[in-house]
Amino acid sequence: MIQLKGIHKSYQTEYNSLHVLKGIDIHIQEGDFVSIMGSSGSGKSTMLNILGILDKYDEGEYILDGNLIKNLSQKEEAFYRNRLLGFVFQSFNLLAFKTAKENVALPLYYQKVDRKKRQAIALEYLDQVGLLDWADHYPNQMSGGQQQRVAIARALISNPKVILADEPTGALDSKTSADVMEIFRKVNAQGITVLLVTHEDEISKMTNRLIRLRDGIIESS
Amino acid sequence: MIDLDKWQEIFSSIRRHKLRTALTAFGVAWGIFMLVALLGMGKGLENGIEHDFRDDAINSLWIRSGTTSKAYKGLKEGRRIQFNNSDYDLLKSQFSEIDAITGRFYVNGSQTVSYKDKDMSFSTRGVHPGHQILENSIMLEGRYILDKDLDAVSKVAVIGRIVREDLFGKEEPLGKQISIGGTIYKVIGVFKDSGSDDEMRNIFIPVTTAQRIYSGKPVLHQMMVSGGNLGLREMQILESKIRNTLSRQKKIDPTDERALRIFNLAEEYQQFTGLMAAIRGLIWLVGIFSILAGVIGISNIMLIIVKDRTKEIGIRKAIGATPGSIVRMIMQESIFITSLAGYIGLLFGIGLIYGLSGVESEYFRNPGINLGMVLTALFVLILSGSVAGLIPAIQAARINPVEAIKSD
Repeated sequence: MIQLKGIHKSYQTEYNSLHVLKGIDIHIQEGDFVSIMGSSGSGKSTMLNILGILDKYDEGEYILDGNLIKNLSQKEEAFYRNRLLGFVFQSFNLLAFKTAKENVALPLYYQKVDRKKRQAIALEYLDQVGLLDWADHYPNQMSGGQQQRVAIARALISNPKVILADEPTGALDSKTSADVMEIFRKVNAQGITVLLVTHEDEISKMTNRLIRLRDGIIESS
Repeated sequence: MIDLDKWQEIFSSIRRHKLRTALTAFGVAWGIFMLVALLGMGKGLENGIEHDFRDDAINSLWIRSGTTSKAYKGLKEGRRIQFNNSDYDLLKSQFSEIDAITGRFYVNGSQTVSYKDKDMSFSTRGVHPGHQILENSIMLEGRYILDKDLDAVSKVAVIGRIVREDLFGKEEPLGKQISIGGTIYKVIGVFKDSGSDDEMRNIFIPVTTAQRIYSGKPVLHQMMVSGGNLGLREMQILESKIRNTLSRQKKIDPTDERALRIFNLAEEYQQFTGLMAAIRGLIWLVGIFSILAGVIGISNIMLIIVKDRTKEIGIRKAIGATPGSIVRMIMQESIFITSLAGYIGLLFGIGLIYGLSGVESEYFRNPGINLGMVLTALFVLILSGSVAGLIPAIQAARINPVEAIKSD
């Protein structure tokens, strides 16, 4: 599903260049449930951004579901993000002025799905994360755990092949973290590949595979 | 189908920036209001001046005689030149391009005009039938002076509408006898004039009658010639041909402008039209610049909005928004604000102009706007909305999702 071959990435700052990823090779099978760990500065966020086609890499090859993700136009990037990937962020990143249902439906808007159909599908996914009754609430009327579940529903609605989650439980207490992880587990059980970045051992223990990054290289996988 | 979501996006964005949006929208509304108001006023000015011209045939030459200022062929300067009927006949026979011609005999001063027990003062002129065309007189009742009146030296009079009202009130004037300076005339017609009211205080009598009664000599104080449909260039040629002919006839130096004064109304009108075009150009310039100020305001606000929405746009991009969809979103909002605000300004402008319509003064009357102006203004609005949205939209499309999502 995901193949990284010899990925290098540097950031140019004003005075020097920061070599963040120094040759990353990873192969993740379809349906895998993977956690990525590493201390801050290890390059895990950068790697996740590259995997999410949110950032470009300097060297190497990234193949996502058989597609080489390299030198794409912004429009193509948007297409792959929309069709193959679902994002879950640490700070949920829901649009505050939209209801849970509208937030969940948004990716389908960019797929030009009819409004009524879109909202019906959004309700299905909200049901799946146990928030059907909250469909018409705004994010600020919900708890962190609920917001994260809405964000997961949003990530799932476009029927992606891969879910990328950046510290999805970072802002949640352990009880809600467990709930959210339970949802990820269910999602994974449906055959969707799940990749999450975390720094909590308990979280990584719930995944099937752990990739450890250190100073831009893979320490163990 | 109307894309409901896009409108929801726009409205929610506007709702989040109510005051800013309102203030900038005011700028655009003001710009359009100014443009429409100025255009309407310009039209009023144009109407006012045009109205002044309307009282006469626009393509006309007014020929007056004066005193020679140059010695010519042994004749000394300072000689008084006086037209007479033979000059009139000469012009009439020699120039086939002349559409209408008249001489004018001004009966000295304001004569006392009486009907029954009413004595009033109006000015009286002896004229040829062609005078009707040159003065643009419109008959309300009866008829104008005809050649047969001139031939018969009839004592008949055509009176202006105001003369009729003052003298006759509700009484029927046609066929009634009025006294002009002691001579009795029969009223044969009533005219109105689209020019000023003063024109309708005149009484016209056959030129031959005026000459016989008030001068005894066949003199004409002025001659007027209409060129019909001639263009400006042809009118200028006609003017110089007439100048040459009359100079030869009266033995005056053809360059002596003081002996023979020809006033070319066509030239005058042309100048006026040129002036109006210049004013109109200026109005558009001022209007466009005031709209531009509004547009820059909108552009500015949209940039701020884009900045505010950086994170939101980043999230949208992460979940699959194409740069094109982001550009469209920002542009649409900008065009919407501009168009709505402009439309409001347009309505107020039209309201003002309608409020002022009916105003009549010497140089200003009936300001108005036409559909063409309105459509142009709307086009300018939509165009400026797009221009205003363009830079912020491109800015928005460039937002890097990683940076955007990190920012708070």
